[in-house]
Amino acid sequence: MRSVSVIGAGLSKFGERWETSFRELIYEASLNAMEDARIEGKDIQALYGGSMAPGRLIGQEHIGALIADQLGLNPIPSVRVEAACASGGVALRQAYHAIASDAYDIVAVGGVEKMTEVSTEEVATALGGAGDQEWELFLGATFPAIYALMARRHMLEYGTTEEQMALCSVKNHANAVHNPYAQYRKAISVEQVMESGYIAEPLKLLDCSPITDGAAALILCASDMAKKYSDTPIHIAASAQASDTLALDDRRTLSALEATRYAAKEAFKQAKMTPKDIPLAEVHDCFSIAEIMAIEDLGFFKKGKGGKAVQDGETQLNSRLSINTSGGLKACGHPVGATGIKQAVEITWQLRQQAGKRQVANAEVGLAHNVGGSGATAVVHIFKRGD
Amino acid sequence: MVGTQPLIWRRIPERYRLHGSKCLTCNAEFFPQRQFCPNCRRKGKLVKEHMPMDGTIYSYTYVHSAPEGFEYHVPYFMAIIELKNGVRLMSQLADSEPESVKINASVRMVFRRVHESEAEEAIAYGYKFKVVD
Ligand SMILES: [Zn+2]
Repeated sequence: MRSVSVIGAGLSKFGERWETSFRELIYEASLNAMEDARIEGKDIQALYGGSMAPGRLIGQEHIGALIADQLGLNPIPSVRVEAACASGGVALRQAYHAIASDAYDIVAVGGVEKMTEVSTEEVATALGGAGDQEWELFLGATFPAIYALMARRHMLEYGTTEEQMALCSVKNHANAVHNPYAQYRKAISVEQVMESGYIAEPLKLLDCSPITDGAAALILCASDMAKKYSDTPIHIAASAQASDTLALDDRRTLSALEATRYAAKEAFKQAKMTPKDIPLAEVHDCFSIAEIMAIEDLGFFKKGKGGKAVQDGETQLNSRLSINTSGGLKACGHPVGATGIKQAVEITWQLRQQAGKRQVANAEVGLAHNVGGSGATAVVHIFKRGD
Repeated sequence: MVGTQPLIWRRIPERYRLHGSKCLTCNAEFFPQRQFCPNCRRKGKLVKEHMPMDGTIYSYTYVHSAPEGFEYHVPYFMAIIELKNGVRLMSQLADSEPESVKINASVRMVFRRVHESEAEEAIAYGYKFKVVD
């Protein structure tokens, strides 16, 4: 397989973008990525776009064609990828394979979601489709409820506390203060999280990622051509994905995501690295408990020690392991289809030393971890500064 | 919320009577029904199997913010029930005092209205579980 590098990265501003349409979000992120890569539209040979639920959220399907049309890139092939909240990560993996397999030299990959066009209940229903519609959502299980069921087991089995979970949100908000693209650039306290009101016990409002409009885009290129476009190409050292049961109740354990474990194991094998080699990671914190499980399941901390690690500050910016420097899904925002690409954009900026006040010192390697639903899909990418 | 009459009728054996599946090759039991044993795949032989109506709470949450169709039900308990045969399923809890809802508490299936869809004029009935002493 050919080696693949990131030569361009761009985001739209994340937030409640009432004045901005789905198409305009795509334009905003794509233009930023193309300018960053210093390429013209004619250089791009194929498009991949992750989007989870535009049919329910804005009444629009056929997103592949919409993206090519919006970017004025007809007639090149354009594919929409859907894997719930992992749509972006899976789209990135498809684009990576398109170059690795020698089919193309340069492709653009993005992710987008426009979530503020419908009511909160309708968003909950649309996101519920990431689980098992007939045997979870139909019975009244929302995503906060599904992650709350995991949190309860994690608390029972490992002694994880609500305060430890709250500290994930506190840290992510602190990081987002330094991210100009983030939805919430505002620090919060543990007390604010603890008093924010239960959504599904033990998860409170500020344990949950918000409803966000946003888009993200990357330009990928065969590594042997990358220097032509970028002084600092970022090499994709691993791209791995795993699947698990759609419904939570079919899993052997609720206190870990097996798909994350499999994808991580495969990714570290591809990159010839171990978790100890990673100083920087964007992990899928759709809920605070998800961040605690992720840092365990990715192998950064022993199973059951994630909450303690967060409490001891081991995941703060420029500590042992900087987790979610962008602010994560919690504070940067979670436009579901865009999230997996946004994580890769953040790692790219970090490895190029372009992350401003949230810069991780001397980071040469970074990992992105994107999850679909309650863990039925997990994607792990490892990035490395090119030589 | 998807909840049409055909969907509701189609699921009556599972939702009303906890009909699941058993694989005669590996003896694994499943709920809801499966067409294919994930352990044995084509070597498996699945037959209909009644699930036990008793079990314990494996995990639970008290839901305060509901999806469409459940706005008037909040707050309510969602739980993962581990049935006597080891099969787990998602269910709401009914008629249970909040103080009695605990991990490992014994529960029994009861038959209840689960959900109504105004748009479809369809009412779905099915299982919930109740804490028993
Ligand atoms: Zn079998």
